[in-house]
Amino acid sequence: MSVPLDPARPLTAAGGNLRRRRRVDQMMRAIATAAAVVAVAILVIVIVTVASNGASQLSIGFLTKDPTAELGAAGGGIASAIVGSAMIVAVATAMALPIGVLIAIYLTEFSKPRTARPIRLALDLLNGMPSIVIAVFVYGLLVEGHQQTGFAASFALAIIMVPLLARTTQEMLRLVPQELRDASHALGINRWRTIVGIVLPSALGGILTGTVLAVARAAGETAPVLLLSSIFGVGTTINVFGTALPNIPYTIFSDSESSFPADHARAWGAALVLIAFILVGNLTARAMLARQRRIMSR
Amino acid sequence: MSAMPAATGLPTRRRLGDRLGDRLLLGLAILASLTAVVVIALIIYKLIDGASASISTFGLGFLWHSTWNPASSAGVADANVFGAGTLIFGTVVTSAISLLIAVPLGVAIGVYLSLLAPGRVGAVIGPLVELLAAIPSVILGLWGIIILAPVMRSTIEPALHGAFGFIPIFGTPSATGLGVFTAGVVLAIMVLPIIASISRDLFLSVPRELKDGALALGATRWEMIRGVVLDSTRPGLAAATILGLSRALGEAIAVTQLMGAGSVLSKNLFTTGDSLASRLAEQVTNPQSSQQLAALFYCAVILLAMELVVNLAAQLIVRHFERNQGVLR
Repeated sequence: MSVPLDPARPLTAAGGNLRRRRRVDQMMRAIATAAAVVAVAILVIVIVTVASNGASQLSIGFLTKDPTAELGAAGGGIASAIVGSAMIVAVATAMALPIGVLIAIYLTEFSKPRTARPIRLALDLLNGMPSIVIAVFVYGLLVEGHQQTGFAASFALAIIMVPLLARTTQEMLRLVPQELRDASHALGINRWRTIVGIVLPSALGGILTGTVLAVARAAGETAPVLLLSSIFGVGTTINVFGTALPNIPYTIFSDSESSFPADHARAWGAALVLIAFILVGNLTARAMLARQRRIMSR
Repeated sequence: MSAMPAATGLPTRRRLGDRLGDRLLLGLAILASLTAVVVIALIIYKLIDGASASISTFGLGFLWHSTWNPASSAGVADANVFGAGTLIFGTVVTSAISLLIAVPLGVAIGVYLSLLAPGRVGAVIGPLVELLAAIPSVILGLWGIIILAPVMRSTIEPALHGAFGFIPIFGTPSATGLGVFTAGVVLAIMVLPIIASISRDLFLSVPRELKDGALALGATRWEMIRGVVLDSTRPGLAAATILGLSRALGEAIAVTQLMGAGSVLSKNLFTTGDSLASRLAEQVTNPQSSQQLAALFYCAVILLAMELVVNLAAQLIVRHFERNQGVLR
């Protein structure tokens, strides 16, 4: 244990009097408080502007109609983008969830420290990799020389989701009491039945919350869909493997760069739909996670 | 007699299932774990492979040359000559601006949340700050274009130019509000929650006896924070800064929306520029030639290399101090 305080060095500068020290103390505490206020203010300002600009767009028609084919025209909705985003994220989750959970099972139930280290490192590196780099990789792998597909975007999103899912699942599996596993073994039940029948069901709530968080993250990822699923028609389609699918992040991106006010309006509406989905997902996940931790650490 | 085969038959089948199931689950788990490692290797291979034509043509000079001329017709001077100089400059400058803003602010928030906030207030503000990280960059970009950029153009940039105009980086304000500075400010919003939550966790991990000891010696709260808390978590704060840097370097979308896709190196932060990540976002889907696509892959390789170095550095710092001190996570 190192001692961070050097006894030879006084905590205060020589000659500092109490009143000045108190004033500095108060000032620094005020600055720290102000910093926290600034962060919360930014969050509130962004959410309120999205909500107030998007609310005027929001209607049944906006959610159920496809966009108009004409450039910059008012009217139309984002139905095709909602369906497309749902498809892309669903396929991504279907790929990433089993892999993420299996990695977590390997790391918590099977691995020795020496084999776990490279896999942890790979997950950390994957987690720190920018989504644009992953998107360029998938572009070179699946799109270059072929054509954009919704699946290509799903593939990129799956790469982004795996480390998130593996990490939350791992955290949840670690919370399952060792006694449960020991009891199961003592009853003569072998490893895989213990894991599939006892450990996973106990952690199911936590895995679900982790999935919700990963889905919320993937739904807003723009770089992958920009490179892999951005050249599409106006109609609703669910053909993930055949064509590029319209989607919400790209809709916001292209409409935000447009110079037509009608496009800006649609961008705000789509942004409100996306941010509402993400915030609801995050808040429920947080509440569930807190509950799960309480139950399991009892 | 007839009961015997059934009695032994059942456990054997069960045991077979057990053995197969164990192997199968372990096999699948190992396969999934290897997938993660393989994907990393495949990303590195595929990007270098895609960039190989560009790497052999331009070599390391690509890193500082700033021509970017995707002309498809023959006979044009410098046709299909590429260099990432302006892009690397843009990436470094926007990231630097974001860190200059977000690190002091984030550390201050960490101090507030871990040491100053009354319990219930902290329990509300902490999650709110983390929620800031959940807002997609495309929405921050939209907000930046329509709300922040006009404010930048009309108020903040003229004010900075007026006060610090003698420093060349605060030059003539931009006409649109879009530019390097605006992109850096919005990047700071994305980096802020990362720095804030890591530094909060760091400060919470400082042993209580040290903090109480300092206070008992007559130090004020701030002197305790500066002398004990900040001092003992310095390596952790370095790691937090590096993780924030990793986020800022790779952000493509908001930077594309806000930087104005300029192509000239300028000392003035209020002019447009472009970064590695945003050039990729703009041009990968519609390259005019195979050389341009290869050059874009080269940019992706550079970005990947920067990210790997930065992330490994953060890992090393954390590991090193985990071993030595046990104060860090």
